[in-house]
Amino acid sequence: MAQQALHSNHVKNLKSDKVFDFVIYTLAALMVIVSLYPMYFIVIASISDPNLVARGDILFWPKGLTLDGYKHLSTMSSLWVGYGNTIAYTFVGTLIMLAVNIPVAYVLSRRDLVGRGLFTLFFIFPMFFGGGLIPTFIILNNTFNMLDTFTVMVLPFSVISYYIVVARTFFDTSMPKELWDAAQIDGCGNLRYFFTIVLPLSKAIIAVIALWAAVGHWNSYFNAMIYMRSPEKFPLQLVMRNILINNEMAATAMTGSAAAELNRKANLIKYCAIVVSSLPIMTMYPFVQKYFNQGVMIGALKG
Amino acid sequence: MAQTRSLGESSTWARIKRNWGLYLLMLPAIIIFICFTYMPMYGVVIAFKNFKPAQGIMGSAWAGFKYFERYFSSYMFGNTIKNTLIISIYTILVTFPLPVFLALMCNQMYAKRFKKFFQVSTYLPHFISTVVMCGMIILFLSPSSGVIPKLCGLVGIQTGDLMGKAEAFSSIYVWTEAWQHVGWDSIMYIAALSSVDPCLYEAAVVDGANKWQKMRFIDIPMLLPTMVTLFILRTGSVMSVGFEKVYLLQNDLNIASSEIISTYLYKMGLQSNQYSYSAAIGLFNNVVNFILLLSVNQIAKKMGDTSLF
Repeated sequence: MAQQALHSNHVKNLKSDKVFDFVIYTLAALMVIVSLYPMYFIVIASISDPNLVARGDILFWPKGLTLDGYKHLSTMSSLWVGYGNTIAYTFVGTLIMLAVNIPVAYVLSRRDLVGRGLFTLFFIFPMFFGGGLIPTFIILNNTFNMLDTFTVMVLPFSVISYYIVVARTFFDTSMPKELWDAAQIDGCGNLRYFFTIVLPLSKAIIAVIALWAAVGHWNSYFNAMIYMRSPEKFPLQLVMRNILINNEMAATAMTGSAAAELNRKANLIKYCAIVVSSLPIMTMYPFVQKYFNQGVMIGALKG
Repeated sequence: MAQTRSLGESSTWARIKRNWGLYLLMLPAIIIFICFTYMPMYGVVIAFKNFKPAQGIMGSAWAGFKYFERYFSSYMFGNTIKNTLIISIYTILVTFPLPVFLALMCNQMYAKRFKKFFQVSTYLPHFISTVVMCGMIILFLSPSSGVIPKLCGLVGIQTGDLMGKAEAFSSIYVWTEAWQHVGWDSIMYIAALSSVDPCLYEAAVVDGANKWQKMRFIDIPMLLPTMVTLFILRTGSVMSVGFEKVYLLQNDLNIASSEIISTYLYKMGLQSNQYSYSAAIGLFNNVVNFILLLSVNQIAKKMGDTSLF
């Protein structure tokens, strides 16, 4: 009897589980389409005849193949100058972020540090309160004279409390205290211990922070908009803003033939610019995504 | 007594001296933080002064609460706060529960490769920069050539110029935000679910639970602590909507519902050079945020044992 009941229960469950699975997988497939379609559309629109795109003929596959947009883009020097600037800012900025945040995170994970609570508060407090845009601008501009310099793009905002919290959690959980004790007995000082033992054992967290920092630098426009003045020093995202939002293309291309036609060309160039500016991150991402996930999970341990 | 105390003191000193290397490691970050983060915190005093760049922060004359009063009595006060709160609360209502659904779904998938593909493709939009994202929104919604009006046209819906409608602004902001970050935000919940003890599921199966019941009675309770923590963080920042995206999506037609506190203070401060007025708005906003965070944290502490500090 009991066995029979269990059996019928099981069969009933199998049926309801099948419906459940169907719903889950259908929803998931829909979500994948919704996530990927806009990006797919950008790519096909960037190689299709702009007139067909404007008419709404291009929805699922490219038509009237053309590389005009990319050809035009290759002659836009501002974009390539921006590209070069962003690579420089990203490279130097990421190195600085690693150099300042990782040591702090390690030190704060050391329980024998005198004043540990105080230093932790010092580094965490700005997560919750800050001077705000205007006081920061005034200090950077009037006190440090940093407006329109390379330094302002890589140095002032390089200490990130969140990175410190995540990396500290990593050191907390993966650097056994005994290791330091043993090194100390062998006469190893703090600095040597950090550089020759801790760092080589922390490649995972260094990779996580480096990737976060690099993506952050690559994608940011705000600091450049506030602190940079000369167009030849603009990073890629600020150039992209001029193309995409301020419609610089449409305005400069306004000579000769009909405005609507030019507007369509401007749109074509916009699609191409989106592809070109996002390409490095989008192609790199599938290979490094496990590091990103690791980072979020290390951070999640602490909440 | 005296001896032990002096011994204690000297050992603290000895520990500091012995670990001098640790302080040296923190030094660069400390200098950077003092110069560029803590000095601006001191710089907020300009909110109480008539700041003139030539006179400096110290030299400018005191103005008391003049600039706060000016903001509170200006017609932009109610407007910016209302817009900020609408966008912020709407964002929380949509983007807080969605990642939980996504994680629960993801946890139910047993086809390994599909699950992986699902995760990779839902995380991907997170890496699009704000500028490109806003460019895409404007391109896609354009009434003459955008793909969204065209797709809606296929099923017979007339959208019109969505970017030009003030009442559509918050929805555009919130749902594109959800599109971009829902996958990424689910990672933390997926991590929490992967640490659930498999014995619980086995016990539930023995008791005749189906998949839905396992999700309802095991997965969801397991996610609750994570949800509370993240919810505290979100409500703490209810008065601060990200400047970057709103600013880029603003235009003359939707400004009535897209002027939020941070865009207003940017315009006042850096475009019209009203430094003190703008600093006052910023300080008011930060203080409100800080108080909110502390009080939500207190409430969470009372209700359960989850809190940030």
